[in-house]
Amino acid sequence: MLRAIPGDQVTASLGTEAAALTPAQRAALEAYYGLDQPLPVQFLSWLGAVATGNLGASQRSGESVLAMTASALPITLELAVLSLVIGLVLGVAAAMLSASRPNSARDAAGQAVGLAGLSVPAFLLGSALLALSARFLGYNPNAEQFAALTADPGLHLQQLLMPAIVLGFGLAAPIMRTARSALLEVRSQDYVRTARGKGVGPRRLAVRHVLPGALVPILTMTGLQFGYLLGGAVVVEQIFSVPGIGRQVLLGIQQKEYAVVQSTVLVIALTFVLVNLCTDLLYRVIDPRVRAS
Amino acid sequence: MTAVATTAAGRSGLLRRTLASRSGAVGAALVGVVVLGALAAVLGLLPDPLAQAPAERLSGPSAAHWFGTDQFGRDVFARSAAGAAASLQIAVVAVAIAAVAGTAAGVAAGFFRGWSDRSVLGVTNVLFAFPPLLLALALASAFTRTWLTVAIAIAIVYTPIFVRVARGPVLSLREADFVRATTVLGFSPLRTLTRHVLPNIAPIVIVQVTLSLSWAVLTEASLSFLGLGTPPPAPSLGAMVLEARVLVNIAWWTMAAPGAVIVALVVGLNLLGDGVRDAMDPRNGSGR
Repeated sequence: MLRAIPGDQVTASLGTEAAALTPAQRAALEAYYGLDQPLPVQFLSWLGAVATGNLGASQRSGESVLAMTASALPITLELAVLSLVIGLVLGVAAAMLSASRPNSARDAAGQAVGLAGLSVPAFLLGSALLALSARFLGYNPNAEQFAALTADPGLHLQQLLMPAIVLGFGLAAPIMRTARSALLEVRSQDYVRTARGKGVGPRRLAVRHVLPGALVPILTMTGLQFGYLLGGAVVVEQIFSVPGIGRQVLLGIQQKEYAVVQSTVLVIALTFVLVNLCTDLLYRVIDPRVRAS
Repeated sequence: MTAVATTAAGRSGLLRRTLASRSGAVGAALVGVVVLGALAAVLGLLPDPLAQAPAERLSGPSAAHWFGTDQFGRDVFARSAAGAAASLQIAVVAVAIAAVAGTAAGVAAGFFRGWSDRSVLGVTNVLFAFPPLLLALALASAFTRTWLTVAIAIAIVYTPIFVRVARGPVLSLREADFVRATTVLGFSPLRTLTRHVLPNIAPIVIVQVTLSLSWAVLTEASLSFLGLGTPPPAPSLGAMVLEARVLVNIAWWTMAAPGAVIVALVVGLNLLGDGVRDAMDPRNGSGR
């Protein structure tokens, strides 16, 4: 699919010097990279290699895609988990605030946060946040070389925090909307009225009685949004120079490294499918009714 | 026939009900403002978005340049308006393709079942396995980039959503008595589909169209920010934000202007989508 891009690995790796190649030299290079084969053959040979665990290698650095992924994927997953925590806390808190008094000023404020999260693109929020904090706070941990978790945990977390806030904010919006309607629905149920009737305080009622009842739709929405997280990771990793899997795809596209792009996209899709599976399994943990049936 | 007539009547009522709700009215106003600006750019009422004026580079907002100028002295207002026009063009074409292709495939799959259902679902499930933005990115990078290929890339990502939205209700509609009756009456499947099935799923498709527009605008902007949108020098909102990253400390308007246009457009489309959905929902008979 990617092979339809104008220019190929030969031009990408040699730059303008590629024009100076004699046809014979060019043919030899294309044969070396396997570019002289028809596209279906190239695709099938890639597919066969992947099936045997060989994800190919970057032509530029010579590093295997498997090794690149092994160092990039954990960073992106770490970013995703941080964003999930931020998004869930922000989204559920805003939803509980909104649902505690529907159609009030409080509700409007919560819903405005939700709408902003839905409408402000990650690349805009990220760029603005980076520029503002660098300018007015003189704070930009991402200007430094990316630190591995084992090398400098403090700097590492600081470097992941801003991208996680950006992604988490976008994630909070759909969570907030789903959670608000779920909370409102649960609030009107008989068992909540019973709890209120036997004198459970409003705070305890909201946290211990209403929230658990709304967890299933919240979890469903969060699982669905994981795709947004993986896509959004491409954007924020680019802005904040985080060497994650999203950046690997983007660099691969820019350098026309087909093996890198195809294999990385495959890895991301697999991750996505696995997360969806885990979400389904989590239902059993949080909802006793699913376990019983 | 009556089904078609009532849908037509319901449509003008839908517009009225949408605008009567607060979110619908605010959304329509926001989208209207951006569309006006985009129209002005398309009709050539604004300065040339590509005209450079080195003497006036990076000047702040003024009467001559409402949103200031960029590093080449180009008018940021004109560029934002032209970028909005490009965004809207891509978003509308992308959603139109996705809606027509997805609805057609979804209706066919749900109505005929069998192998058509299996093949449509197979393709849909494969497409759903990819994170949306990533799929758009990979597709956009596969074509020689023009605005149309970007639109097609976005359309491919959103087609499965329309398949799913259309297929579900059709599954139950095909068992409904009035649809079975058309078979007894000897109507051709095509007539049954266009006259009796389509009008009944039109509302949910319309809601999905309005909601998808805001995503399409966001996706287009994200792609052009990543350097995979419409190629330069054509103005594009995402690419403007990208260029502004190195300028924002000395010229805040270069980022604020395209950013504000994107947010206004997407907030407007989201509110409008909410308004349409509420107006379509029979449970909100009177509207809010």
